Amino acid sequence: MSGSMTVSPGAVAGSGARAGRYYRRFGPLERLMHAGMMFSFIGCALSGVPLLFPYAGWARSIAALMGGFGGAALVHRSCAILMGVVFVAHIFQFLWRGLASPSILTVLWGPNSLVPQWKDATDLYQHTKYFLGKGPRPKFDRYTYWEKFDYMAVFWGMFIIGGSGLLLWFFEPLSAWLPGWVFNIATLVHGHEALLAVGFIFTIHFFNGHLRIEKFPMDPVIFTGRISEHELMDERPLEYARLVREGRLQEIADTPPSHASMVVAYVVGGTGLALGLLTIFLMIFSLVAH
Amino acid sequence: MTSRLSLCTLFALLMFGAAPAVVAAGPNDACYTCHTDADVKAGSGRPASLDPAKFVASVHGGKRGTCIGCHEDAETADGALHAAKLKPVSCANCHEDAVGEYAATAHGKARAGGNQVAASCGDCHGSPHAVLPASNPKSRTNHANLEATCGSCHGNDKLVQQARLPGGNIQAKYHDSIHGRLIRGNDSYSVVAPTCTSCHGAHSILSKKEAASKVSHANVPDTCGSCHQREHMVFDQGKHGALQHAGDKTAPVCSDCHSAHTIERASQSAWKVAVVGQCGGCHDDYVTSYRQTYHGKVTDLGFSEIATCASCHGAHDVRPASDPLSTISAANRLQTCRQCHKQASASFASWDPHPRPTDRSRDPVLYYANIGMNVLLAGVFLFFGLHTLLWAYRSIADALKRRRGGGSQGQEEN
Repeated sequence: MSGSMTVSPGAVAGSGARAGRYYRRFGPLERLMHAGMMFSFIGCALSGVPLLFPYAGWARSIAALMGGFGGAALVHRSCAILMGVVFVAHIFQFLWRGLASPSILTVLWGPNSLVPQWKDATDLYQHTKYFLGKGPRPKFDRYTYWEKFDYMAVFWGMFIIGGSGLLLWFFEPLSAWLPGWVFNIATLVHGHEALLAVGFIFTIHFFNGHLRIEKFPMDPVIFTGRISEHELMDERPLEYARLVREGRLQEIADTPPSHASMVVAYVVGGTGLALGLLTIFLMIFSLVAH
Repeated sequence: MTSRLSLCTLFALLMFGAAPAVVAAGPNDACYTCHTDADVKAGSGRPASLDPAKFVASVHGGKRGTCIGCHEDAETADGALHAAKLKPVSCANCHEDAVGEYAATAHGKARAGGNQVAASCGDCHGSPHAVLPASNPKSRTNHANLEATCGSCHGNDKLVQQARLPGGNIQAKYHDSIHGRLIRGNDSYSVVAPTCTSCHGAHSILSKKEAASKVSHANVPDTCGSCHQREHMVFDQGKHGALQHAGDKTAPVCSDCHSAHTIERASQSAWKVAVVGQCGGCHDDYVTSYRQTYHGKVTDLGFSEIATCASCHGAHDVRPASDPLSTISAANRLQTCRQCHKQASASFASWDPHPRPTDRSRDPVLYYANIGMNVLLAGVFLFFGLHTLLWAYRSIADALKRRRGGGSQGQEEN
């Protein structure tokens, strides 16, 4: 593809002159939305997961800590509202970005889109070969296939978990129009989807985004918004090359993240990671012990 | 003042041989000359002293009670000592009926069978030289004291274990029950709250396995119903009562749901959620399916603000849905939902409170939704689980290779 433009990161890694260069990967709105998503997701998880393991002592403790049945429901619904706000804000941002760009296609297709494309399938194939030691690591662009999966899972999950959640929240008035079995389905789907979402985010997303050896203990980019030149070239060589080719690299050049913003990133992100890992540990413990 | 007075009295007694007021000259004085000395032993080696004051205050002492009334062979010609070994005194000499009743009880039978720790007269009534009427608050058989009296065996862990007493440490169970608390006046006080004998009888205690027992399966509703009359009437009208009257040994009676000795106030949150487990003892699949719902999960977490079995099915008069009087009959169901869900409509009541996602015939949509969701979960976790494991392996292998190689070469170059 754009092989001729690829800069060898090996050459860059040792270069002290560029070591301090940073580029803006995420804007303030995106960072805010991730923080809102993260906060509301953990809130929904902590207040909802006890219902999936009601027989466990820890589930009873968490529910009691939230003020019992009423308190946990309030936390769950408050967080659900925040998650809904983030979702609606994202839709508006998406539309606005689509309308502002020369073609709506730029947000729906191409390297800046989160929509899965053929390259993602080949990347997955190459990456698996690389895991097995049978080939080089594929060259990724702005969004990798696992990031797209994370995104799409949350996007469609919002309809499933949000839709079933609203059905269960307003089942009394809605029952005037809907048959009773709809709410049986909603209960089942909401619980299973929650198990899927919580299980996925607190293990797979945590590993892919933060806990793997290259990022351990976490990748602060979603909190600071800035990525170092070395990381950009190493992890997303196609995006780097594209930015160089299009002459836009300097547009997104930024100062390194301040000490304060790194502290905030590690405290906020670390808290989220710790809560998520604790939740998943308790869930697995109960699944095995029960 | 008082001590000097009593010293004076004692002095007068010693000087003039006059008896003190409480032991006014009487028929037992000769006995007391020896049997007030704490060192006096009977031929069997057991202590043979008593406190004359206590004896006089006892039902056996009174104004005219005499030692030789019971110890007949202790009567001798003036001045002579009685034989070293006297015949044991039988309570039946006077209390023929009570002893006869006792022989037929669980205690009496055990004793007759050679069980030396099974309770006999004195174990409950105390020493015959100090026995008080049950109406006396200090009596061992007073209503308020029976817990401790029966508990001297049925609350003694060592004895419970050695003698394998049925039901384990029953005093410990009863002590904090609603009945035990009412008798002690912990939160409210009741002079009629039942103690051990109220349910088991005194001289009629029988194993619950015996049909005539007050606590046999057939008699429990009548025994509890002697106080809880309204509940008894309602129970008789329901399905459980009907089964019990038909002689069905598996039909639940009061104690099956409420327990026998640890009975709690039915309004207690902890009890309301725990009793679901009792229903599940028979209606296992209904509790399992109930646990699939929000009702079942919230109550499992320990919160009772939400529907338990009894909220929809009633408590003492549980009736099958086919019974028009049932709270869950087609005609009454919506009204039952509306107890909590004020806006509930007819279609609301068609919601399944006992969903069984693995039963295709009950609800095919739910059945396939369950399969679909399970496949989705299994697929995602298998795929990404494997992906993550392989990635972790590669990351670690590369990191080790870099460390060993000591270089800063990126993986792109392989």
